Amino acid sequence: MAQPTQSEAKQIVDPGIEKGAAGLTEDRIQAVINHVIQNETGARLKVYVDTCVHCGLCSEACHYYLSHDKDPRYSPVGKVKQTLWEMLRRNGRVSVDFMRRAAEIAHTECNLCKRCAMYCPFGIDIAYLMLVVRRIVHLLGMTPQYIQDTAHSHAAVCNQMWVKPDEWPDTLQWQEEEARGEMPTLRIPLEKEGADIMYSVIGPEPKFQAQLIYQAAVIMNAAGADWTMPATAGWDNSDMAMFTGDNEVMGRIKRDHYETAARLRVKRIVMGECGHAFRSVYDVGNRWLGWRIPPIPIIHAIEFYHELITSGKIRVAKKFQTPVTIHDPCNVVRGGGLHHMARELAHALCEEVVEMYPNCEHNYCCCAGGGVINCGPPWKSKRIEGNRIKADQLADAKIRGAKVLIAPCHNCHSGLEDINHAYGLGMEIKFFGDILYEVMEKPEA
Amino acid sequence: MADVSGWDWEIGTKTMPFDAWKADFAWVEEPYVSPDGERIAAVVNIDEAQFSVCVNGQAWETVFDKAWYLRFAPDGRLCVLVSEDGEWTVAVDGETWPERYGYVWNTLFSADGAHIAVAAQQDMQYAMALDGVMWENRFLNMTHYVLSEDGRHSAGTVQVKETGEADIARFQAGCFSAALDGEAWDSVFTNVWHLALSADGSRLAAEVRRGLYDYTIAVDGRPWDRSFSSVWHPIFHPVSGVVIAPVRLDGKWTLAADGEPIWTQRFVQAWHQQVSPDGRRLGAIVSPRYGYWTLAVDGNPWRTAVNEMLIDLRFSPDGRRLAAAAKHDGRWTLLVDDRLWDLRLDQIRPPVFSPDGRLVATVVETGGRFGLAVDGRLIPGTYEALWQPVFSPDGDRVLVRGIADGIYRRQVLTTAQLLA
Amino acid sequence: MHTIYEWVAGPLTWIAFLIFFGGLLYRLVRLVTLVRRKEPFIFTYMSLKYGLRSILHWSLPFGTVNWRLHPVLTIVTFAFHICLLAAPIFLMAHAILFKEAWGVGWPSLPDAVADGMTVVVIAGAIFFLVRRIVRPEVRFVTSASDYVLLAIVAAPFVTGFIAYHQFFAYRWMLVAHMVSGQIMLVAIPFTRLAHMLFAPLTRAYMGSEFGGVRRAIDW
Repeated sequence: MAQPTQSEAKQIVDPGIEKGAAGLTEDRIQAVINHVIQNETGARLKVYVDTCVHCGLCSEACHYYLSHDKDPRYSPVGKVKQTLWEMLRRNGRVSVDFMRRAAEIAHTECNLCKRCAMYCPFGIDIAYLMLVVRRIVHLLGMTPQYIQDTAHSHAAVCNQMWVKPDEWPDTLQWQEEEARGEMPTLRIPLEKEGADIMYSVIGPEPKFQAQLIYQAAVIMNAAGADWTMPATAGWDNSDMAMFTGDNEVMGRIKRDHYETAARLRVKRIVMGECGHAFRSVYDVGNRWLGWRIPPIPIIHAIEFYHELITSGKIRVAKKFQTPVTIHDPCNVVRGGGLHHMARELAHALCEEVVEMYPNCEHNYCCCAGGGVINCGPPWKSKRIEGNRIKADQLADAKIRGAKVLIAPCHNCHSGLEDINHAYGLGMEIKFFGDILYEVMEKPEA
Repeated sequence: MADVSGWDWEIGTKTMPFDAWKADFAWVEEPYVSPDGERIAAVVNIDEAQFSVCVNGQAWETVFDKAWYLRFAPDGRLCVLVSEDGEWTVAVDGETWPERYGYVWNTLFSADGAHIAVAAQQDMQYAMALDGVMWENRFLNMTHYVLSEDGRHSAGTVQVKETGEADIARFQAGCFSAALDGEAWDSVFTNVWHLALSADGSRLAAEVRRGLYDYTIAVDGRPWDRSFSSVWHPIFHPVSGVVIAPVRLDGKWTLAADGEPIWTQRFVQAWHQQVSPDGRRLGAIVSPRYGYWTLAVDGNPWRTAVNEMLIDLRFSPDGRRLAAAAKHDGRWTLLVDDRLWDLRLDQIRPPVFSPDGRLVATVVETGGRFGLAVDGRLIPGTYEALWQPVFSPDGDRVLVRGIADGIYRRQVLTTAQLLA
Repeated sequence: MHTIYEWVAGPLTWIAFLIFFGGLLYRLVRLVTLVRRKEPFIFTYMSLKYGLRSILHWSLPFGTVNWRLHPVLTIVTFAFHICLLAAPIFLMAHAILFKEAWGVGWPSLPDAVADGMTVVVIAGAIFFLVRRIVRPEVRFVTSASDYVLLAIVAAPFVTGFIAYHQFFAYRWMLVAHMVSGQIMLVAIPFTRLAHMLFAPLTRAYMGSEFGGVRRAIDW
């Protein structure tokens, strides 16, 4: 195939990128690029660039590449060539147009899913290289508008969704009241110092998906967990600043999260079904602050539910009857090794589990993560086009009987919903929490 | 700090059944104990959407639709945030403030407990309410609430301009400021975080960000001349009044005062700086190398470092000793004067020094039970719940407040008894 | 002619090996210093167990998903690299030279085997060249330097092969063989051929992060 099929991609105009591009000079671009290269990167960048033999073996790892009929511009190394290599070759002196394209590539053509690190024989971390590009884009003020707005929300109110400080405890109390209709003695204990568990969620839960808090409260109460939720900032574990390259805000919100848990004297943090937040809390944000490992252990919902089932704290009344398949989110699977537990949990909760392939560490990305879905409506159709391979994978699982898709990650959930809709797959997408809530024995039901 | 000399320091034990309350109510929430240990209280549920507060077995007469955040003020008054007919207010010892709000949260007390402040929202406008009186000026949003030590001044980060829907330019131009007693600074910033009030409450400092990259400390609305790639919570020096904050320079952290670095040492991390009560020493939690944590005094890090976390830095009253809660290899202990206690625990509370600084004690948890540890030794006896020990002013006696076998016990022991 | 030969076989070889080993050492020291100075956290996460685990999987033909996805490439890659390393080291002529110069010797391969291995290297180089031209994802990221590097690696084997079989200009070919070998040695530390040194390190780092922190496999 000589020419990629989609060479005439539609030009998408993003107000955030344009805002940064306006008034930008090549001098400024050069200064920022060289600042990042010289002061903020080190051995990794140098060795990765000096070691890559341009073999292209990372290509097959990337869902964008596979979905675009193997268009080499979408291969992982192809994206590095179009961004960092060029920046380095020209000593940082690149044009505003070049930076526009670099911003687009780094923010909307890579989910930082790290699948390619498993395909590069040398283990070159291309997601890291794309984050370096995003950092440069951030320092040039060219981050796409919607995700930049989300980073602003993190900075202003310490959560992803502009939830105001009173709206948070108010929402929890509202959900507590709702859930008492089902379990009259149910509590969502706020600010309970010395509880075993601090439960943390992402901003969209109180904003749009309060029923998830309701379900979690029912599960916690039914399991007899000693838990609490903070009423202060620090309740939100999400982190789009990590994906915009605004490391300073990333560190700030992670500090709030951990110090809230420390203040509440909990033994561990249990978090809802979110992938990127897991990455931020478990692996990335802590490092920027100097914490080698999370200073308070962080447990993803998959691990927690698994523990509740295996310890018998929650019993299954009747297994979920509809056949399910499991989507392995990059951040908790490649980033946390939770795929085995996810399977054990699925089998414990559901009558029939249909595997989709490739799976576990090799699963295809949802194409929403890494901040891509957070770049908002301008980039939606591009994101859906960029994951045809996932639609094929889902369709295959559907042919083999799967009707429900379990996606234990918020971004995956939203991204797969778009794929599901756009490609007419007709699957129902659920969290583990949805299914657990549905099939569990409820003591006071 | 409330005056503890008037408390009952007679050697002996007073008891009060606690678990027995459960028979009287639908449920009893987690208990709180007054600083002097004379009263134990909990939010209780009487019936559907009927909440009250039970103190020493006696429920308040008032019943609320909701009640949360029960806390004793340092002077022993009992405060709780309550809702009646969809409106919120503060109830103090059973009496509600006459004022009603859309929502109240984040109760703050003055050091002596005489003043109580909460963050309040009324008609989707935000302000602090001090002893029931809400600021006259209301704001679009408010975060980072502080109350001065004397309780006469309150402050918060306030939003003074609409940010607009995903209007990133407008946000970056600055929509936030800080307000002291309701008066916002003239200056606006992209972000304003973590405020500090001077001892007399007349000056206000905050972390600020101008645009996306330019961090510094602003005092009374005026930013420091120098900016940094990041900053952390400022404090006022209690004696000199100088503002001290951690700042990030070339990827490393150090402490700065009034805009200029004051420590020559650079750290992977530096935060929670604190000035000793006599004003002569400056301590902070620092990470001397990646993944390791210790305390630094006047810039000099200790040699003992732990590999997970350090929190709750405390100076002894005479300023000579220093301690912090430390987590190493997954277990908690205390780091005191550059040495770790031998104890390895599931959880630990902040260190408490005796008035003469000779002893350091705290509550520890192991195997789901709580106990008291003094100078690295576990005191025999465990509890289901245990509050921080309090030393008598002369340091000879200790007040121990805990629940064992469902019974709340207020014990006064001599320190000699305790260590025997 | 003789003096040129003497000079190339003597001092130039010495210089080449000096630059090769010195260069590799220099790159390694620079790398470690850079990590210490800018990214000391890397040491924290390096794990011998997980690093070796990853290297082992990637050192086995078909030991990883991606090797299995590209069977022909995998066979060629492994054959190419094994022969590339083994043929020069175990070639009898080289071993004799070393023995004469240093007094140390090691078992050597029969000439026919070494000759076969040389052919494998040359064939591998041709395969890589063709792949670079034909495969769009490879061509897209190919620059002139990639062809130059391939030529640098192939040259000692092509010249060695011609010289061994004495097809033509034997003495000149021998000199060309030595010079091209020296060029390759000198190039290794300072070009992307440094992957000889760095690949195990980057692989070990990714293996450590995946195994130790991310609790996942990376192959």
